[in-house]
Amino acid sequence: MIRFEKRPQPSRLFSLATPLLAVMATMVFGGFLFAVLGKDPVQSIVTIFWEPLFGEFAFYYRPQLLIKGAPLVLIAIGLALGFKAGVWNIGAEGQYIMGAIFGAGVGLAFYPTESLWIFPLMILAGAFGGWMWATIPAILKVKFGTNEILVSLMLVYVAEQFLASMSLGLLKNPEGFGFPGSRNLQQYASAHNTDIIAGSGMHWGVVAALIAVIFAYVLLARHRLGFAIRVTGEAPRAARFGGVNPSRLVLFCLGISGMLAGLAGMFEVSGPAGQITIDFNVGYGFTAIIVAFLGRLHPIGIMFAGLLMALTYIGGDIAQSQLQLPAAAIQVFQGMLLFFLLAFDLLTNYRVRIGSSEVPT
Amino acid sequence: MTTPLLSLRGLTKAYPGVVANDDVSLEIGRGEIHALLGENGAGKSTLVKMIYGLVKPDSGNMQLNEAVFTPKDPRTARASGVGMVFQHFSLFDALTVAENIALGMEDAPAMSQLAARIREVSENYGLPLSPDRIVGDLSAGEQQRVEIIRCLLQDPKLLIMDEPTSVLTPQEVAVLFETLNKLRAEGTAILYISHKLEEIRTLCDTATILRLGKVVGTCVPADTTARDMAEMMVGTTLKTPKRSGSEPGEVVLKLDQLSLPPASAFGMPLREISLSLRKGEILGIGGVAGNGQDELLGSLSGETRASVGMIEYKSRDIADMGPNERRKIGLLSAPEERLGHAAAPDMSLVENAMLTGATREGLEKGGMLNWSAAGDFANRIIEAFDVRTPSAANAARSLSGGNLQKFVIGREVLQRPEVFVVNQPTWGVDASAAAAIRQALLDLAKSGAALIVISQDLDELMEISDRFAALNEGRLSQPRPAIGLTVEEIGLMLGGAHDLETAHV
Repeated sequence: MIRFEKRPQPSRLFSLATPLLAVMATMVFGGFLFAVLGKDPVQSIVTIFWEPLFGEFAFYYRPQLLIKGAPLVLIAIGLALGFKAGVWNIGAEGQYIMGAIFGAGVGLAFYPTESLWIFPLMILAGAFGGWMWATIPAILKVKFGTNEILVSLMLVYVAEQFLASMSLGLLKNPEGFGFPGSRNLQQYASAHNTDIIAGSGMHWGVVAALIAVIFAYVLLARHRLGFAIRVTGEAPRAARFGGVNPSRLVLFCLGISGMLAGLAGMFEVSGPAGQITIDFNVGYGFTAIIVAFLGRLHPIGIMFAGLLMALTYIGGDIAQSQLQLPAAAIQVFQGMLLFFLLAFDLLTNYRVRIGSSEVPT
Repeated sequence: MTTPLLSLRGLTKAYPGVVANDDVSLEIGRGEIHALLGENGAGKSTLVKMIYGLVKPDSGNMQLNEAVFTPKDPRTARASGVGMVFQHFSLFDALTVAENIALGMEDAPAMSQLAARIREVSENYGLPLSPDRIVGDLSAGEQQRVEIIRCLLQDPKLLIMDEPTSVLTPQEVAVLFETLNKLRAEGTAILYISHKLEEIRTLCDTATILRLGKVVGTCVPADTTARDMAEMMVGTTLKTPKRSGSEPGEVVLKLDQLSLPPASAFGMPLREISLSLRKGEILGIGGVAGNGQDELLGSLSGETRASVGMIEYKSRDIADMGPNERRKIGLLSAPEERLGHAAAPDMSLVENAMLTGATREGLEKGGMLNWSAAGDFANRIIEAFDVRTPSAANAARSLSGGNLQKFVIGREVLQRPEVFVVNQPTWGVDASAAAAIRQALLDLAKSGAALIVISQDLDELMEISDRFAALNEGRLSQPRPAIGLTVEEIGLMLGGAHDLETAHV
């Protein structure tokens, strides 16, 4: 009989090795899935993981890696701070939308004035939009004990309705021939989130993501607040005893994750996406949850996980167009990654024993 | 002597890195109360778990009623006539007594029939208990009765009791002993685990003493002094802590009608607690678990806030101060629950040193944490309090209970508290570590600090406190000088006079 025995100490080796094991298991089982669908498994895996980086058109795909990775990392960093403290913000998608609407709204309000101040103002507005949207579940939780998972998730759907209303109403492009959607910010220099080095994919959102990684790393490792987050997640009573105010911590965690998601939305709408449209959001807020866990809720881990996730997105797209793999199969493939990660995670705290069952003292 | 009811021969059980039981043999006769004595980690639990079918021995054999006895799980053990009352109850607070008992039965009879049987057994054995009451409303002593009756309904030949008196008042202990004596008279054998030596001397016929997994001796407790038994348990001569005997100074902490609503449905409110604590004195607070000890500590540590005017520290109202603000001015505390409250289980000792030491030890500056200073602090605690651990980087949960307790107490003592509040300082700690902790508390008082020691171990309180008060149902009795108090007086102060009938033998 196989059983799991709790380790006296969490294993450092396995906590580092599980993401690699999970990626490998995903390749094996994903390959199996593709084989069942009648595709060459090896070629499919190579297409997903190799083509975007070193293939013939890598010059095009590499910048995409940064463009897709940045919002994932930015959002996941914020989520991880909350997850570490046991505060479950599931509604980053909504906060991402609100950040985009607020950011774009401020930019469009100044149209067609040109000024250096417009873009920084948009950044502030985007951060505020996301922060405000995440603070709703935070206040409800602190005041009335509501479940932040449900409230933040439901607010995603509210935000989507708001997005639709904005692209059809207030923010609609007056010169857009009646099509839904706002003016394109890429054609408004003061509000455009351009590549810092042309063609590199390195826009201001990438810079913000890097700063967030460093900020979160220092916060968690060196700052009282990061310590409060970690203790609260490990042992809430001990945290209280250590002087942590749980309500303030909930407000902080949800607030900062909303803020970062809002920033991600703002950088996206003013850069790669360019405009507010009904289908502006593509699920970064939800995928970031996977990224946060894939990165072990560790800032550096999240950076790599975000890039890996972006890779499967881009590689998945290539596989769809070149090998005619169905989009659903790619999603299953991405889901597998989280599944295997959580499954292998057990090995960090437990070891596998083969033998008779017994209750140790 | 006739053939024994249960005999164990050469039982050995090893776990990775430790031999929990090494060639243990013992015999229990019908109608015998047999004490199993030993410090924490001596192997008592492993031994009874083997008898109760929870653990399989590596080698050796057991005989019950002259037949080979190899229980493969607790159910087979129960079917063979072995019952066990655990130290920690497995009861559902929201269900009635009868429902709880029915849940643990193989084929429970109809509820009305079961209730009748519960009444019958409880009357027979002098364990007054109504089957319709909700378990959450019962005292710890009454909850224990539920567990005992659950066993008795199976008509056991051997009853194993793990530390049964740790949660009882002296009066409840007397009731329990009457019941056990009656069972003995009927021929039931009882294996009685405890480390309270006086109890064993009054109750038990024989005692087997375990140390580090081996049987180190047997004795007739009535003919052996408690000190001799303790030294057999520990293997060395015990040092008795020295009293401070210093004159109490000015009042540093004053509680005035401290009242708090209960934190949860089964929580205990605090009701009008008043006391004043002087420099250099130790106030011992006794009482059965669940009578407001946690709540009292929480209101002093700052985890729960009382209203303005209820808590005064050095003539200053501290009602709205949080835990760290109180630490800063010298009011420190150590809660009962080591894992999860006093310390975060999965975090290292360094991080746990940071948990309460940041403010007073200057481990933080402008919000940034100084981990190397925290490491030094953790190492200082480990050294000063003889904490056994490979290094300060080990997780708190990897330490044994006694070692972690030394760490938790040491962490606060080394921060030079002016008032130190501690709940259950030596709970589950072996005798020599307990003596060290008590000595540290006495030394702290001698150096001029004021201490409140909350404990359920009355011997401990009598040994170290200058004054004694009792918590009962969230009320605190008037503190009295500890010297000269008799067990009866203490019992009355504890007020836990729940159903003082004893068995009708």
